[in-house]
Amino acid sequence: MTDTTAEQTDTPDTATGFARFLAAFGLLRESWVGMIGLFLVSFWVLIAIFVDLLPLQDPLAQTRGAINLAMLTEDKTGVMHWMGTDDRGRDLLARLLHGSRVVLFWSTLATIVAYSVGMIMGVTAGYRGGWWDEIISFIGNVLLSFPQIVLLLVILTAFGPNSNIGVWMNTELGMDKSIVSGALIIVAITFSTAPQVARIVRGIVLDLKTRDYIAAAEVRGEGPLWIMLVELLPNARGPLIVDACLRLGYVIITIALLGFLSLGLPPPDPDWGKMISDGRQWGYNGLNMMLWPAIAISSLVLGLNLLADGLREISLRD
Amino acid sequence: MLQLAGKRLVQMALIMLTVSLLLFLAFEADKYSLAGKVLGQYSTEDQRLLWLEQNGYNAPFVQRYFTWVFNAARGDFGESVQFATPVSKLLKDHLLNTAVLGGLVFTITVSIALVLGVLSGIAEGSPRDRGITVLAVITTSIPEFASATILVAIFVFWLDILPGTSPFSNGLTWADANQLVLPVMVLVIYNFGYYTRMTRASMAEVMTSQYVRTAILKGLPYKRVILRHGLRNALIAPFTVMILQLNYLLSGVIVTEVFFSYKGFGKLLYEAALFGDIFVIEACAMVAVFIAVFSQFVSDIGYTLLNPRIRFS
Repeated sequence: MTDTTAEQTDTPDTATGFARFLAAFGLLRESWVGMIGLFLVSFWVLIAIFVDLLPLQDPLAQTRGAINLAMLTEDKTGVMHWMGTDDRGRDLLARLLHGSRVVLFWSTLATIVAYSVGMIMGVTAGYRGGWWDEIISFIGNVLLSFPQIVLLLVILTAFGPNSNIGVWMNTELGMDKSIVSGALIIVAITFSTAPQVARIVRGIVLDLKTRDYIAAAEVRGEGPLWIMLVELLPNARGPLIVDACLRLGYVIITIALLGFLSLGLPPPDPDWGKMISDGRQWGYNGLNMMLWPAIAISSLVLGLNLLADGLREISLRD
Repeated sequence: MLQLAGKRLVQMALIMLTVSLLLFLAFEADKYSLAGKVLGQYSTEDQRLLWLEQNGYNAPFVQRYFTWVFNAARGDFGESVQFATPVSKLLKDHLLNTAVLGGLVFTITVSIALVLGVLSGIAEGSPRDRGITVLAVITTSIPEFASATILVAIFVFWLDILPGTSPFSNGLTWADANQLVLPVMVLVIYNFGYYTRMTRASMAEVMTSQYVRTAILKGLPYKRVILRHGLRNALIAPFTVMILQLNYLLSGVIVTEVFFSYKGFGKLLYEAALFGDIFVIEACAMVAVFIAVFSQFVSDIGYTLLNPRIRFS
């Protein structure tokens, strides 16, 4: 009898999961803050996906004699540069929009990896408890005691693209230079982000663990893996979706920051952070080159934060 | 109380030891690569071997690690490869500069956050509250290097009233104090939002409590209810969070220092990382972790001291 009721409460939840997810976005209409966020995020996501279809210049093509042009100027060949050009005569609008693809691709990938690792750490620590919890929590405390940038600097100096490991990945494994950088950046971000995720997930799991449906599943004889994956994580998704939104924003900032500190993806691919640091060397002439990416990254992160705020507001309402 | 402090101190020491071991493993486990980094990539094999021999690197790993830890605990981190001066001296100068910047930022941020947080927390859900919350979200979304760019555009190139870099070539003097304005502004703008939201949440919670209702019902002036009954209780949680946030503040300080060429701890670490100045990186990382762990200790103890429910139990 208990068996069937437990099943019944579970099934509608998973069956209509996607529909409910869409319904949540429908609810978002009630929060204008969330709508602005959704608009900004969708704008950049659509740009990142369809950037190839837009009538833009080649983001890597350098025009001779068209260096550091101001916005809305034409170069000698009569090509209009809506946002001007950078210090190598490349069209800024094209670089900015293509940059959204670079930023969103690597930051989404890094967030997914960091989140997966963090969720595994958190859910096992919370559900299993005991010595495993102690170990995971201690690892988390050690990693979180580094200010994030210090940790990233340490990891990327010791194991970055120019270290033995990076060189080995490039030469022995034959990986492309930008892929090596990207992979190492993802590892570094995972080290600094996963413990935070783990801490949140662990807290939620400790609370959910005492619920009746977990006891029911245990009595039913479900294994720990089933309970963690099917019972605990789906029920923790509410706060986690909000957190993932915020976290993606932080990861975007981090990746752009690494680019700004010249520890990010290698040139010539457009990277908003790198564009800012390139422009910085030119003083007033580089201002145009710095301002656009600064606005772009701020609007994307702002979108994510407003979206998270809207989602949180809605989830608190019901 | 003492027991708690002792327990926290042991945890602190354990974390510091683990961090030191990790750093040592990351940077000095491969001594040949270390010798190459210290002597430069054009040094010969013989030079490197000689350097390893002279500096005691042929001792077993464990012995090397413990020598390093004991020296580090005494403040001796070796000599910077880039500047050929003792790391401890470099650290002292740069840390002082960072303390000035960080201290200013922290004071201003906390003052703004307390005022805004209380104003929005006492009227939860009002247009003022929504406005402050949205402002906080917006400012927290703009990363330091982006807001620095925008502020430089406005104040340096457009209005032309502030310098765009903060090298403090003559040392930290009052005459050059305007160089500090932009870095402080950048950091305050990025950080006050989070502090404000913390204060707001705590204040809003206190305002719904029984004792505030009692105070209002027994006819105390509203101002007095807020200041004496509300604020004093509402400040406990934000206090601990603000101290804990020193860790994040330090991250931001590093970026801002790099952007404005301010000769602080962050710039030292960043340049060491680019140059491969191993001993400076190790020292900076140890100091940063120490600050983080120590602030956590202060926050834990402070929370216990401030909260009478814990203090007297």
